[in-house]
Amino acid sequence: MATAASLFDKIWDEHVVARLDGGEVLLHIDRHVLNDLTSPQAFSGLEHARRKLRNPALTFAVTDHMLSTEPGRGDDTVPGGAELIRALRASARRWSIDHFDVGDARQGIVHVVSPELGIALPGTTLVCGDSHTCTIGALGAIAFGIGTSEVEHVLATQTVIMRKPRTMRIVVDGALGPGVSAKDVVLFVIARLGTAAASGHAVEFAGSTIRGLDMEARMTVCNMSIEMGGRIGMIAPDATTFDYLAGRPYAPAGAAWQVALTHWNTLPSAPDARFDVEHRFEAGAIAPQITWGTNPSQATAVDQCVPDPGAAPSGALREQMQRALAYMGLTPGRPLAGVPIDRVFIGSCTNSRLSDLRAAAAVARGRKVAPGVKAMVVPGSAQVKRAAEAEGLDEVFRAAGFDWREPGCSMCCGLNADKVAPRERCVATSNRNFEGRQGPLARTHLASPAMAAAAAIAGSIADVRQLAG
Amino acid sequence: MEAFRRLDAVAAPLRRASVDTDQIIPMRYLITASRAALGVGLFADWRYRQDGREDPSFVLNQPRYRAAQILVADANFGCGSSREHAPWALLDYGIRALIAPSFAGIFFDNAFKNGILLIELAVEDVAALMDLLERGEPRLDVDLEAQSVTARDGSVRPFRVDARRRDALLQGLDEIGMSLRMQPAIAAYQAADRERRPWIYR
Repeated sequence: MATAASLFDKIWDEHVVARLDGGEVLLHIDRHVLNDLTSPQAFSGLEHARRKLRNPALTFAVTDHMLSTEPGRGDDTVPGGAELIRALRASARRWSIDHFDVGDARQGIVHVVSPELGIALPGTTLVCGDSHTCTIGALGAIAFGIGTSEVEHVLATQTVIMRKPRTMRIVVDGALGPGVSAKDVVLFVIARLGTAAASGHAVEFAGSTIRGLDMEARMTVCNMSIEMGGRIGMIAPDATTFDYLAGRPYAPAGAAWQVALTHWNTLPSAPDARFDVEHRFEAGAIAPQITWGTNPSQATAVDQCVPDPGAAPSGALREQMQRALAYMGLTPGRPLAGVPIDRVFIGSCTNSRLSDLRAAAAVARGRKVAPGVKAMVVPGSAQVKRAAEAEGLDEVFRAAGFDWREPGCSMCCGLNADKVAPRERCVATSNRNFEGRQGPLARTHLASPAMAAAAAIAGSIADVRQLAG
Repeated sequence: MEAFRRLDAVAAPLRRASVDTDQIIPMRYLITASRAALGVGLFADWRYRQDGREDPSFVLNQPRYRAAQILVADANFGCGSSREHAPWALLDYGIRALIAPSFAGIFFDNAFKNGILLIELAVEDVAALMDLLERGEPRLDVDLEAQSVTARDGSVRPFRVDARRRDALLQGLDEIGMSLRMQPAIAAYQAADRERRPWIYR
């Protein structure tokens, strides 16, 4: 191994099973996590071809997408969803896969569950049929989303065929200002780099700001890598990572932990590691962010105005902005703060962990959701829900007028019962503000948990720094 | 997977950048265990009005493009979610080839695995093709063996596809079957890795 290897290079090289013609490799997959939306179809392919699941012990299943988040939910609470939920369950049973199913105390959103149970580990390769698998790179892993055909390939071979991506390092240095969180950092970066900047690249986030983030905040940053086109986003493992993982159910324990730790400590990029592309940002320049358009790069500081397409550098960009503003029902030049909203969604694999709920609760505590606003909090997992309830966060939210729900993907993807109605405006802590993402004609503004809670209280897009002051 | 060699067919210009997979097929069409018949959901929020009727202004609803088997789009096509329903919906509608300045990574892989040819051309070439399709006969001749796109004005644009993907597409190969031939290498890797990183294996 070259001394100047990066975190990504080291893990990649360690997982090459064979080099194929044309520069691709057969890459070993250490952890394969299945879900109910994109994985059941892979089993029908596998079984139709009379093939076997190669490594059941390296395979895990989580039910998260097709679920209602209403109390008392079951398989059938989302029309049509039961077929997929039951298909995943049947496959998990048939192939002896550990499955965190509806009602299981470990159930939750797949990318919340796999770190929380210690399934995802530093130095591993982890895949899942979901693009936000990049979340897991926060632990110092190569983790990426794959399609259903690829899921089937991994079931049969425990490998993927892949060309080595280029590398990109995004360095963020300095202290975060008041009211600024990991979500604001990553939205700020995407707004500057665009939705395709990291296409074909594995991204490493580094710098003092990133190192200073706790594990959950790091997951928020890596989660959004795909929103700038990067299938892989990662952060070097360190004491924060190891403290987080120690004692988790599937993490190594005892002597195995010590052996693993020795290995994990060799993973961080060499000081002179080279990256194909590098970007640097100062944390001090980052204010709380809010998106105004229909892709995550259309974000700005909350104290700014709706941008003017007339000022766009190119005709194509102008057209794109005009289209986004028309969809969002926004006029150029008006301040974003004060735009009235109908809904608030706090949840998703981006921002549904305990620290996210604490940040939102700190804003909601002793306040009331504005009249006419429907606000919901959806914990990322059953474990997060129990931990939040143990410290009384559910009571804080309920007292303020938020709905307190069961864990799942919920309103992030408009797949289940949780939808935003046509032309309703929603401030969401999720990751995509695409047209129709939260429901047909739904208007989504992405923001941090604290900003979302502030919007719920104000009844409009609001600057959390002013609410706090 | 159906092989792809050459396709001379109607081509439609989709003048949009960063078409995401939620646009290619909205979530509500995904609640099914089947891969088939997803074409009805293709571009649903653009193809249909809220009352469920077709929006005549959408390009694929225009008579000259209705039979399109080729789409020509702007950059970063297929960004967003990993749902393979996106290529399944394109395929079920009848689309076998897409041309754009760039494609998002996961969609790129998914499309090829389903026998859809993705062709990356320079921005100017894509713009020129869109103009040609709108002004003249909206057909293109896509030849994977020759790796070229020929427009009706006779202009020929070469493209390059990764050799492995090209072979797989030309022959309609089963990728899993090919990888399963690597079983001995996979077994050897896992045996050695089990010594090196025992905590990975349970």
